[in-house]
Amino acid sequence: MKGRWARFRRWFQGIPVASWLLGGLAAATVERLVGLVVAYTLGLSGIPSFFGLSLILANPAQIPAVLVYLLVMYALPVYLVARATAAWTARLVTRMSTRTYVFVHVVLLFLVVYFWGELDSYRLLVLRLLAISIILTTSLNLVNGWMGEFSVAVAGFMSVGAYVSSIVMVWGFVDDDVFGPAVFPPTLASLAFPFALGLGGMAAAITALAVAIPSFRTRGDYLAIITLAYVFIVKSAVENMEFIGGPRGFMNQPNVAGFPVVFIWTALALWVIYNYTSSTLGKATSAVRDNESAAEAMTVDTRKVKVVAFLTHAFWSGVAGGLYAHVIGYINPSSFGIVKSAEVLAMLYLGGLSSITGSVLGAVLFQMLSEILRPLQLAKWLVIPVVLIVVMIFRPRGLLGFREMRFPFLQPRPTEEVGYAPASD
Amino acid sequence: MPLLQIEGLTHYFGGLRAVHRFHTRIEPGEIRGLIGPNGAGKTTIFNLTTGVYRPSEGRIVFEGRDITGKRPHEISRLGIARTFQNLRLWVNLTALDNIKIAFYAQIRYGLAGAFFGLRGRRHEEERIEAEARRLMRLLDIEQYADVVVSALPYGIQRKVEIARALATRPKLLLLDEPTAGMSPAEMMDTMEVIRKLHDELNLTIWLIEHRMKFVMSLCQHIQVLDFGEIIAEGPPDAIRNHPRVIKAYLGEMVEA
Ligand SMILES: Nc1ncnc2c1ncn2[C@@H]1O[C@H](COP(=O)(O)OP(=O)(O)OP(=O)(O)O)[C@@H](O)[C@H]1O
Ligand SMILES: [Mg+2]
Repeated sequence: MKGRWARFRRWFQGIPVASWLLGGLAAATVERLVGLVVAYTLGLSGIPSFFGLSLILANPAQIPAVLVYLLVMYALPVYLVARATAAWTARLVTRMSTRTYVFVHVVLLFLVVYFWGELDSYRLLVLRLLAISIILTTSLNLVNGWMGEFSVAVAGFMSVGAYVSSIVMVWGFVDDDVFGPAVFPPTLASLAFPFALGLGGMAAAITALAVAIPSFRTRGDYLAIITLAYVFIVKSAVENMEFIGGPRGFMNQPNVAGFPVVFIWTALALWVIYNYTSSTLGKATSAVRDNESAAEAMTVDTRKVKVVAFLTHAFWSGVAGGLYAHVIGYINPSSFGIVKSAEVLAMLYLGGLSSITGSVLGAVLFQMLSEILRPLQLAKWLVIPVVLIVVMIFRPRGLLGFREMRFPFLQPRPTEEVGYAPASD
Repeated sequence: MPLLQIEGLTHYFGGLRAVHRFHTRIEPGEIRGLIGPNGAGKTTIFNLTTGVYRPSEGRIVFEGRDITGKRPHEISRLGIARTFQNLRLWVNLTALDNIKIAFYAQIRYGLAGAFFGLRGRRHEEERIEAEARRLMRLLDIEQYADVVVSALPYGIQRKVEIARALATRPKLLLLDEPTAGMSPAEMMDTMEVIRKLHDELNLTIWLIEHRMKFVMSLCQHIQVLDFGEIIAEGPPDAIRNHPRVIKAYLGEMVEA
């Protein structure tokens, strides 16, 4: 088992991440040029949106065709280009400063995903929802992972952010029955969108303060209960506000949340949360989790630490809610019910606590799972808990609990064949 | 001026009087001992001093400032650090992180720096790391820096806890049974460490200990507690032969 894994790994050894991304770019190009032809030839009804995941479950007879498609369209171009460019990128990459390195990779990732997604509007939609899930999961991780409390408020924060940013945008840039004609020229909508999102995030953070003050004054499991109540209170409050549509919902959000915008916000959220959790100041959050009285005795203002983590979570969830509202173009109070919170919690515990890569992985896997299970509709909520239970049995801390994913074997190495130390688990 | 002065300290847990009219006066540079049988109230006195509980009665004055009723993180910022009777390390973090986090109050980059990684931050992080490693070297545990503390041997964990306390830059260090659960060899080692901290860092140390040999050889002045009250105090020799002490310990001490 171990030997086979090592052999498998040798295939990838020494090919830098940048090369894989270039490979991805190549694959996306190939698909763009001949994807449709290949799909028809294989008897598929069109280019599979998400690696044929939903096709497979809907009609298992298509599995061979889908596999051939994946091989020809993705696996081959990616691998060939990655191999071919490995030496070249390795030389480039080792010369970069950390900052340039990160920047280059983020840009490449953006290009690959965007180029691939743009071929199909459904892809772009799912990708944006995925990015929003990533923001939600990572920011929730701050509270449930690094801080070790249990909050279920995420849907409520989303709701506040979604409604506040929608109101600002519709009032400002859309001719609307309730909010009247646009106050500003609609062409400026995109410029104002970041501010609307920020306002939404701040509004969510302010309501979070009302939850935080009573919850963090005393120790105990109050947070779970108070945040549960919070979700219901927000929902019924919105239902009773007629001017934003009450239970019927609120629409007409301007179309300002394209993939690039959502991508940038996601990158920003991850960057900020990574910065915080990797700073000594932010690590005090984990100290509060592991032993609060010891943290207090070591000069840590634990109440402040908790409030900061909780408000940061609220802010980013509010931003994610605002993005969601403008991606979908319609929201209603029940978009942000407890089921939404449960979804984000599932992503979090699947991916693992106190891990940024874990949150990203959890969100991606969950979204893919949802995609596979989409034909099953409601039964999805039977399968997903089972998957979660299985994960909890075999990896109680989630797939990447308390550690970050690293690929040391993908790092370019200056000298050939240095003995490889297996990644510790 | 005494470094720490406590007067008339009394504390009740519900109906239980855990500490009764305790007083002390610790001068800078001293190594002070607090002993007494199980349940005598020793840890409670440390908890009161560090702000974990607010005393029912009494006054705690540190460097001339009344700190009674302040919160623990405020008191620790003023210069009182402690270790715990039962280790309270941050078990999911590495030894180095355990120590670095104790620099919390000295971090200068603030929330903005933490979130946005502004310019001063890297510099500050490097400074903290260097100081944390220096403390680890002082206690001879530098090789464990990157190990998650729950995976470390018990004796090393005790040292990490001391290093963590030192990171807060204390003037007064409270050690609650620093040798609990240690072998005699480890105990001797700990004794050396405490001497070294006292001599090299010029620390004032107040320690609770059950092992007589340990207390007697380290401390110049010892207070003996029983049922929350001081039953004897003085230099080691006076304590050793004090009839009330012998009685309180029911001969426990004779063999030591
Ligand atoms: N938080 C608490 N709530 C209620 N009673 C407590 C609490 N903490 C301590 N006590 C009681 O107060 C008394 C003194 O306890 P303390 O822990 O101070 O004793 P100690 O001298 O440190 O003993 P040991 O040598 O066993 O550590 C004991 O009777 C204990 O049961
Ligand atoms: Mg005790």
